[in-house]
Amino acid sequence: MIEASAKTKIDEQTDRKRTHEVVELTPLDKGLINLLQHGLPVCERPFEVIANELNSTEEEVITHLNQLLESKVLSRFGPMFDAACLGGAFTLAALAVPDERFEAVTAQVNSFEQIAHNYRRTHQYNMWFVIATESQQEIYQVIEEIENMTGLEVLNAPKLEEFYVGLYLPV
Amino acid sequence: MSVSTSQSNALTPIEREYVLLTQNGLPIVARPYHWIAEQLKISVEQVYELTEKFLENGIVRRIAAVPNHYKLGYTYNGMTVWDIADEHATTFGDAVGKLPFVSHCYLRPRKLPSWNFNLFAMVHGKSPDEIEQQRSQIKKLLTDVLVERFHDDEQKTLFKPYDMLTSTQILKKTGLRLKRNSTEKA
Repeated sequence: MIEASAKTKIDEQTDRKRTHEVVELTPLDKGLINLLQHGLPVCERPFEVIANELNSTEEEVITHLNQLLESKVLSRFGPMFDAACLGGAFTLAALAVPDERFEAVTAQVNSFEQIAHNYRRTHQYNMWFVIATESQQEIYQVIEEIENMTGLEVLNAPKLEEFYVGLYLPV
Repeated sequence: MSVSTSQSNALTPIEREYVLLTQNGLPIVARPYHWIAEQLKISVEQVYELTEKFLENGIVRRIAAVPNHYKLGYTYNGMTVWDIADEHATTFGDAVGKLPFVSHCYLRPRKLPSWNFNLFAMVHGKSPDEIEQQRSQIKKLLTDVLVERFHDDEQKTLFKPYDMLTSTQILKKTGLRLKRNSTEKA
């Protein structure tokens, strides 16, 4: 099954200024970021293919990519799995949380290990989170438990149809 | 894709090993697929075959670089939400999803009376102005299919046919991972 493990980054990116360190990129870095967001070819020497497209060398491409990962300009490199295809159930859910209770409800909601992402947003529904579980049944259980715990009604918005998933951020 | 769940036992044991090995990323080396083959103790031909199969059936969307939005200056995002006529949802959802600045586009159920929006499209930009422009571009595309809906007969107040929810704080962010110790299903 899928688990929402790893580190919880509460408030890590709250302060935009702190994380807003836009880095200096070389033309090769930019080319790599733009090209590799679309995907790596499946062949023996894929970085050589990429290097040829960018008038560079395989060695230089590998060095630069490793540097981009190290400096966290790239958060990841590798296969992007469709989590839903790997088993488990997902939904996007929201709560309309009174401002004075926001912090307390955040702690309550985040205490569920099945909560993968949680964002504060500008709307009456001001808390939006992804529930990732092993089964559809468990989704309903988590929703019910959140409702009992917080006394707030959960807006459950599972995806009915997916049109596109893929972020391209040109640099 | 029309369902939000599928079964993990669709993966064969070797496919499962492939996922476990690579879900944290691939090493950036000259022959990455050979690396997978060595780790899984299978032939590189088998790795190509598995990879192509994953790409075809959508288990793997791409083998790609994922940039850190913030480091590239993309510090603003907006979850744009739209109330569009159900009979046009698929056609127009596709069209919105094809816009270059839209990263995710989904159809979701309405929950009246508190939530009338059924189309969600996530946009990303380097300034509030930029995501505002992206929102208006989507609006232009959807103008003819936006629904005019009243709260109820007595109030005669209109629902907004669209909105944009911007994130102001990350409250939790974890990676989704396949568990290594989960029991195999035949």
